[in-house]
Amino acid sequence: MSDHDIALTVNGRRMTSRAEARTTLVDFLRDNLNLTGTHVGCEHGVCGACSVIMDGRPVRSCLIYAVMADGAEITTVEGLEGSDGALSPLQDAFWETHAMQCGYCTPGMLIAATALLARNPDPTEHEIRDAIGGNLCRCTGYVQIVEAVQIAARAMREAG
Amino acid sequence: MDDATGYVPREFKYVSHKRRVKEDRRFITGRGRYAADVRLPGMKHVAMVSSPYPCAWIKGVDASAALALPGVHYVLTGEELFAHTNPLLAGVDVPGVKRTPLAYRKARYAGEWVAAVCADSRALAEDAAELVEVEYEPLPFVIDPEESLKPDAPRVHEDHDSNVFFHRKWVWGDVEGDFARAARELSFRARWSRCSTVPIETFVAVADWDAGQEVMQIWASIQMPKYPEQIARALRIPANAVNVHYDIDVGGSYGQKRGIRQTIVAGYLSRRLGCPVRFIEDRLENMSGGDAHGPDRIFDMQVAFDDDGTIRSLRIRATDDCGCYPGRAPLQLGKPVGAIVGPYRIGSAEYEAISVSTNKTSQEAVRGFGQSPTNFAIETAVDKVARALGMDREEIRRRNLIGADEFPWKIPSGSEYDSGDYLAVLDKVKAASNYKVLVARRDALRAEGKLAGIGLSTCLEPSGGNSSFEPLFNPKNDTTTWMESVQIRVDMTGAVTAMINTSSSGQGHQTLVSLVVGEELGRDPDSIRVIHSESLAALPSNSPVGSRMAIMMGGAATGAAKKIRDRVMEIAAHNFQLPVERLVYAGGNVSVDGDPSRTLTWEQIVDTAHRKYHDMPLGAEPGLQSIYTWEVPTGGALPNADGTCQMYPCYSFEAHIPLVSVDPETGRIEILEYYIGHDCGTVISPDIVRGMTFGGIAHGIGAAMYEKFEFDPESGQHLTGSFMDYLMPSAHEVPDVTMVKHFTPSPLTPMGQKGSGESGYLGGPAALASAVNDALEPLGLEITTLPMRVRDMEALLAARTK
Repeated sequence: MSDHDIALTVNGRRMTSRAEARTTLVDFLRDNLNLTGTHVGCEHGVCGACSVIMDGRPVRSCLIYAVMADGAEITTVEGLEGSDGALSPLQDAFWETHAMQCGYCTPGMLIAATALLARNPDPTEHEIRDAIGGNLCRCTGYVQIVEAVQIAARAMREAG
Repeated sequence: MDDATGYVPREFKYVSHKRRVKEDRRFITGRGRYAADVRLPGMKHVAMVSSPYPCAWIKGVDASAALALPGVHYVLTGEELFAHTNPLLAGVDVPGVKRTPLAYRKARYAGEWVAAVCADSRALAEDAAELVEVEYEPLPFVIDPEESLKPDAPRVHEDHDSNVFFHRKWVWGDVEGDFARAARELSFRARWSRCSTVPIETFVAVADWDAGQEVMQIWASIQMPKYPEQIARALRIPANAVNVHYDIDVGGSYGQKRGIRQTIVAGYLSRRLGCPVRFIEDRLENMSGGDAHGPDRIFDMQVAFDDDGTIRSLRIRATDDCGCYPGRAPLQLGKPVGAIVGPYRIGSAEYEAISVSTNKTSQEAVRGFGQSPTNFAIETAVDKVARALGMDREEIRRRNLIGADEFPWKIPSGSEYDSGDYLAVLDKVKAASNYKVLVARRDALRAEGKLAGIGLSTCLEPSGGNSSFEPLFNPKNDTTTWMESVQIRVDMTGAVTAMINTSSSGQGHQTLVSLVVGEELGRDPDSIRVIHSESLAALPSNSPVGSRMAIMMGGAATGAAKKIRDRVMEIAAHNFQLPVERLVYAGGNVSVDGDPSRTLTWEQIVDTAHRKYHDMPLGAEPGLQSIYTWEVPTGGALPNADGTCQMYPCYSFEAHIPLVSVDPETGRIEILEYYIGHDCGTVISPDIVRGMTFGGIAHGIGAAMYEKFEFDPESGQHLTGSFMDYLMPSAHEVPDVTMVKHFTPSPLTPMGQKGSGESGYLGGPAALASAVNDALEPLGLEITTLPMRVRDMEALLAARTK
């Protein structure tokens, strides 16, 4: 197995590490960069627990090799808080509605919803469900997650 | 010792109010700490070698090629593990059946773990697993549970005299007489297929044998009673040489995370190799060889009823396909004994429970512990009676539901229902659904040529947990204790820290305990820290099973907090030189009744307790701390010889009304509207109860419409080892749900609380089947097999058009 030096920008910080060609991005983030907020669920691209934003788009980091992300800009759940440590409107809304139970799918849900609100500040319920439709949650039945995204969208619009 | 029991109505300051959930902050910031996040220096990784055969002798294991790979440290066989560990506990007494973490001499299902490879990385361990050469001698196998019951069926366990793990029939009341006297009867078969809760996190165990302290340190995504004791027993070490770190966040379980086999493999390897060992199941290991499978049940039902709709008696024969090994799965036939006639005034019941083994993955515990399948069978029976009589499905329930003034109500199998107001909940959910408009919408859809139906289910959630099914199903097991503990410590500064004694998998126990302790002490719950103990420091617990923690952990928290409050009052009384009866406690401060100018503050009293022994009552215990361990209310009795017993103490109730459409061509079911009325007594955290109920409904939608672990009857292979084949509902399939609450306090708990951890799931599948059958009625079709997948519905519709 060949090893590769991989350099990418994660949550605004440039990071480098060395990994085998077969190392997935999620394993790289977790094992090499010690960013364990991103979770592994199915490892075959269905559950969405490993979602991160890569160059502006939500992707499943279990389906991408770390070498493919060389040079990319990545946002993980650890990067959602403001630089002052304040919760993002989505994080705050997830807390307000208790849009989680075990918390395992939550980082992926937040990433999917963050990507949605970045491109659509006023989504309908259907659009919200569509955006999180690739992220499985076994705890909540999604109701409070949808509520949270609606609350966050409103808060972000009102804040301009 | 003072008593935590006994409900007294009161106004709550914190409990039942909308407050943010304590745990959520760490989850939304990516700071949860799950077992897979534990990384220890020198840690090695495990991958499993799985059997490709549903049944085969293991003739030999050649690990030489695997061990030749650099970075590969060990290949553990079932033979070696068997020689150095004890077999795992079985829930029922089955002579000749040994349950082991790795297959010992014989593989009994496709996917069973045969050997474990330990290497520097998981990837390397997987590479090496492919190089392990196992010599098998394939044997005949049995996949169908009814085939397995036949005398000439291949034997799953050659040293057991049949494929039956458990078989018993109970008759409670005059079943024969009631059937003879009833005007009518009907019989049918209902099928609940093998499905489970399938958490997004697989099972993870990290074991680190500390040879200096001689302690096995364990971090695991566990939800299971008596886990440390089971580890110790299997590894042949003292239980005080096992330390489970309960502060690990568990990524969902809903009953399922029972990873004792996984833990024993990791623990044995850690001790053998002298390094930390981590096993993270990959999805295939989880779905085929782990704890992923749940109840798989055939119900043969007979109902006796009168022309006015009175249901007199039920005969239930439940044949449950346990899969290969009897862990706690056979006991999932036992819990429903405590609600065997549902919420209905049914005078007698017969229950025949059969747990049969097959060459399939072993079944493990699932949310509701067998109650949801049983509720589905009972509700299907009630709907069928209504249909047979031409009676409305709501009307038949109104005639048979136990009345609010009839509690406590004892059912034929001996359990007493604590409280309820079923008709009030039914009325509320009907009103919330705007029922007339809902019917009009259904009828309008039908007028457009579509198939549409409204469902109704009225179901119980027995809650609080108890061990009664253990002695009921295994006379050698005389466990009647089923307790929970909370410890509270008030430090010198007056800060309150409560300790709980189990891990949490999303139930919000820190929030629960902070609310209850805050309420009882009058202190702000946000100021109260709740920690999870390590097992070596833990007080007795039975883990969050059986929808029990609001009741049991909540009750223990009340008990421990009341002790603190009593001590505060004693210290104050001593300093005021007044009897306690003349003092008033408010928010931690103590005043003389009628004279608020004479007040000792919380800080003053705490300071006295910690620092001023000269101001303490003579001989008082220094400091301010308490422990409360509570036995489950109504617990503590062995079952009677006729099988009657008190199962769980508290009974929550739910009524579901969904509206569905069914595509007449493809058979696809769409849920258009969903309403639930829910009563779990006093709600401690409204957001948590909402979430659990919505989540339970989503699980119910999965069980009713999508989820099934399939095995090929010809090859015995498991066909649903990934999320591509085992379909689970996403945000597209789960609709918005409207929930209405009703509050009937339990007389058995300090705040009137009941359980809600299984809510939604216990009535959802029944309601969806009811709705689909309402939709199919104009075609004269009926479905009593779950799940109602598109392909199943399509086949049903196609058969009719032929």
